[in-house]
Amino acid sequence: METSDKVIHAIYNDDDVLMAAVKKVKAERHHIEEIYTPFPVHGLDKAMGLAPTRIAIASFMYGCVGLTVAVLMMNFIMIEDWPQNIGGKPSFSYLENMPAFVPIMFELTVFFAAHLMVITFYMRSRMWPFKKAENPDPRTTDDHFLMEIPVHGNESELTSLLAETGAVEINVVDNAH
Amino acid sequence: MYTISNRLKLVSIILMVVGALGVGYSFMSSNKSFEEVEHMLAEESHHGDGHGETASHGEAHGNDHDTAESHGSAHGEVDEHTKHVEHVMHAVHKRPWAAFYIAAFFFMMIALGVLAFYAIQYAAQAGWSPLVLRVMEGITAYLLPGALIVLFIAALSHFIGHNSIFVWMDPEVVAEDKLIQGKTGWLNVWGFIIRGLVFIGGWSLYRYFSRKFSIAQDNADDNKNFKKTFRISAAFLVFFIYTESMMSWDWIMSVDPHWFSTLFGWYVFAGMMVCGVTTIALITLYLKGKGLLPKVNDSHLHDLAKFMFAFSIFWTYLWFSQFMLIWYSNIPEEVTYFITRIEDYKLPFFGMLAMNFVFPLLLLMNSDYKRVPWFVVMAGIVILAGHYIDVFNMIMPATVGDQWYIGVPEICSMLFFAGLFIFIVFTALTKAPLEPKRNPFIKESEHFHY
Repeated sequence: METSDKVIHAIYNDDDVLMAAVKKVKAERHHIEEIYTPFPVHGLDKAMGLAPTRIAIASFMYGCVGLTVAVLMMNFIMIEDWPQNIGGKPSFSYLENMPAFVPIMFELTVFFAAHLMVITFYMRSRMWPFKKAENPDPRTTDDHFLMEIPVHGNESELTSLLAETGAVEINVVDNAH
Repeated sequence: MYTISNRLKLVSIILMVVGALGVGYSFMSSNKSFEEVEHMLAEESHHGDGHGETASHGEAHGNDHDTAESHGSAHGEVDEHTKHVEHVMHAVHKRPWAAFYIAAFFFMMIALGVLAFYAIQYAAQAGWSPLVLRVMEGITAYLLPGALIVLFIAALSHFIGHNSIFVWMDPEVVAEDKLIQGKTGWLNVWGFIIRGLVFIGGWSLYRYFSRKFSIAQDNADDNKNFKKTFRISAAFLVFFIYTESMMSWDWIMSVDPHWFSTLFGWYVFAGMMVCGVTTIALITLYLKGKGLLPKVNDSHLHDLAKFMFAFSIFWTYLWFSQFMLIWYSNIPEEVTYFITRIEDYKLPFFGMLAMNFVFPLLLLMNSDYKRVPWFVVMAGIVILAGHYIDVFNMIMPATVGDQWYIGVPEICSMLFFAGLFIFIVFTALTKAPLEPKRNPFIKESEHFHY
């Protein structure tokens, strides 16, 4: 959202202080653009009021794709293209040989669900190879937390509010992004 | 303090009385003579029911008889007919025993699963669960009487019941059976009873002391009692995983004395954990519905439902591991186990897979549904029914063979033990406050959220 040309970067050095600050800023009805943290902070998404993730639904669908791929693949390889005698039972019937294919079905379901879910997560977070980092302050990859709030002519009000919440550093930055 | 409502007490007593009457009736009516069974089989073949094939054998024999050329062959056929009728007669006699034993084992298994789950909570120092620990203690109160009843039925089936459940208890069978002879060092009646008493003794000792420390902890100033429970829980879990495995060989696997599976103990364990966690969830929801567990929140239910989901999948994994190896290798002495089940028990065998795997998988996969009480109750009832059928599939094929049916003996046995279970568990729940207020993790449990 490019709604303002100025943002405030409030920096914290403790996740509990950050959580309390987020709650306070939200209570004062200010919009939080983004928060950069060195590790996932439990409950932060709820406190920020972010919509719940839909990655579980995506993962279920990827799993279904994986299962389908496994079923079709085993049918083609083991039954149609080169019929195999499985466990001394040359029935050449998919259904009768199905128990032998279950491990493959399971593995491919998990494989598709896991890999596609990770890829989806990266794409959705706009992180791809050779991309320049959006991170405004390298300290957030070490031991600091950064809250980014857009300014709408209320700079001094925001600054004092953030100082109250225990921010160790408050910078006003022009033209973020 | 919780007091058992009169209505619940009445329900449990009615269940026990109706169940006992039905069980008594089924024992009485199962005592059919040779002629009655012969008549029954002839009737069935007229109706062209499932057993038409075997009965038509008899008819074909009759026709052969008319045109019989040699006496010898006719004799052989008559013997075969007698053998078949006798076989069916034995199955008919065994059915109420097996049905009663299955129901007794099923409820014992719930209590034992809960006891193991309870010990895990302590050994892992779990922070989410202390609010439901008292519910678990209530359920495990059933273990001692329940397990003694199972052992008692098994012993009675030998001493007064013509070895109706365990064929290896019959010395005449053993005399003609090389394979069982080789196993008599383990499979003998007194060894069975003594082992059973040792298992039950060990489990009950842990249950007694952990309950005692848990109640003592309520009024304590320090965590000494909790630490003691922590230590005995770790020791109990080691004892449990050995004895549970041996118990499953003794009490279940030995009904097919020729057959063995090395992961059978784990398989039974997975089943008992699903049933145990499901029962904890159902009783927690019942008590919460009455406002007796005000601090138990959505997240506790969510965690219990996650365990139901996870253990259902674990059960399927073990079921399939056992099935696939035996199916793949196709060794006659092993594969007969599944051939009997697939040929004679098609519906319960595959139906159980749907109820224990597909149903919980699809119903409990969604995170939000795990927090909806009626969803969890519905899934729970199907899971419990499915695991009853699982035990049914383990015992019945070895005892009654293809003469199975879910009728008066099975249902009334279930009613009887359900009544007994409800009565003992809810009486035990009245004995202590439902909230272990001085548990060192109680604060964490109250604030638990996902």
